[in-house]
Amino acid sequence: MVKKYLSRIYMAIIFIFLYSPIIVLAIYSFNESKSRGNWTGFSFKWYLELFQDRDIKMALYYTVSIALISAIISTILGTAAAIGINSMKGKIKSIILNINYLPVVNPDIVTGIALMILYISLNIKLGFNTMLISHIIFNTPYVILSILPKLRQLDTHMTEAAMDLGATPMYALRKVIIPEIKPGIITGFLMAFTLSIDDFIISYFTKGEGVTNLSIVIYSMARRGVRPTINALSTIMLTVVLLLMIIVNNRSNAIEKSK
Amino acid sequence: MKDRTKYFSYPYIVWMTIFIILPSFLVLLYSITSKESNGITTINFTLENYKLFFDPMYINILFDSMTLAAISTLICLILGYPAAYIISTSNISKRNTLLFLCILPMWMNMLLRTYAWMTILGNNGLINNFLEMIGFQKVNLLYTRGATVMGMVYNFIPFMILPIYTALSKMDIGLIEAADDLGADKKTIFRKIILPLSMPGVISGIIMVFMPAVSTFIIPQLLGGNKNMMIGNLIEKLFILNGDWNFGSAISIIMMIIILISMSIMNKFDVDKEGGARLW
Repeated sequence: MVKKYLSRIYMAIIFIFLYSPIIVLAIYSFNESKSRGNWTGFSFKWYLELFQDRDIKMALYYTVSIALISAIISTILGTAAAIGINSMKGKIKSIILNINYLPVVNPDIVTGIALMILYISLNIKLGFNTMLISHIIFNTPYVILSILPKLRQLDTHMTEAAMDLGATPMYALRKVIIPEIKPGIITGFLMAFTLSIDDFIISYFTKGEGVTNLSIVIYSMARRGVRPTINALSTIMLTVVLLLMIIVNNRSNAIEKSK
Repeated sequence: MKDRTKYFSYPYIVWMTIFIILPSFLVLLYSITSKESNGITTINFTLENYKLFFDPMYINILFDSMTLAAISTLICLILGYPAAYIISTSNISKRNTLLFLCILPMWMNMLLRTYAWMTILGNNGLINNFLEMIGFQKVNLLYTRGATVMGMVYNFIPFMILPIYTALSKMDIGLIEAADDLGADKKTIFRKIILPLSMPGVISGIIMVFMPAVSTFIIPQLLGGNKNMMIGNLIEKLFILNGDWNFGSAISIIMMIIILISMSIMNKFDVDKEGGARLW
């Protein structure tokens, strides 16, 4: 019994540690005063100002559009690549897998500077496109890595059966393989989207004039003091994520129960 | 069928060649050429950039980053292991909630969470205000090495908890019951069964915390002030402020080698090659 309470207290301490900065941010998004540290009164001021803050609105626009486009492209590129890699054999397969692993093991800062050198050497102007390409580069390996295990579990007899019954390879791919590996594809997409939204280091090295994302804006503000509008924005974003997760969770629970 | 689907990977192979192999090659090239070389015609190969790194100043920075990263990794392990254990032994519905609570903070921008610590630790921050209120002196918390370590532990501890949890949850409860029936006490069970079986998770946890910790430049910059520079800060400074790509590339290569070596050392300890809680 004592042990149970001890473990409860321990988890509570861990969660206080994990959540205290988040709670502090959320509370200060309702603070009237601009300075952090002193509380002058409750207000929705920063939430209203959020809709007029051009910098933040632009950054939010770039962050979300790059995350969405890069996640879609990496999912398509990665799914095709994973299907291809799965049917390869021997040395070539392991070489390709190892190269694919490189952006995952490499520290982000090395990937970032390597890409910066590449773009400048090839005379590609840094901007929206370079940031988008960079995000596709670091997203795709994760998509491939989340789809490959599903492909390995796939029963090859199923595709063979489909083709014996007259399905063309393309039809078999569409009707048999893709539905079977769908969970992997969805995980890959979500992972790509999340990684992209949260990325700072690679974007920092491959951004161009006038194109920023939220992380870069926060970074440039951090020294002088982050505008409370950012606090407001992140409180909204976190609430949205929380609600989405609860909805998804409830839905899957409901499906489990109805089975 | 199998042969034909092979072609599906060709676009990605081309993509990899341009965007993964070529940039890595360029970094290597910059690291072994001198600053004076411009264009292909007057390229000067040199090992000067690597030699420069062995200056005590730079070696100290490297040593310092590795120490700070190792301390953070150790703290993550000490704090994270019991948490992972508690999660894995709780009942299923509670387990999912606890896991969800561990992952949720990662959905908030990392810079913002780190920035929030500045609000808590700062000279006019919450902790100091509280200390003043109850009649104590203010303590200098922000812009110290301790703050950097705390920031790293804070940001990377989920990466320690999750793989250990995965390893523990795969463990066969029957083994523990058998040991218990045969008279082993709790300590022996932990030492002889639980710990060895969770080792793969511990190893991936250590890799997943140490790697981002040793290369980070945001956390030491925001929480550590400019006082203690880490290897990531040095690379950033060389590329963004000084424009010294050659030396910066050499340091990047050195950092890559260190990480590859530490990963292969860690993998040696990982006896169980297949069933472990790898990242993937």
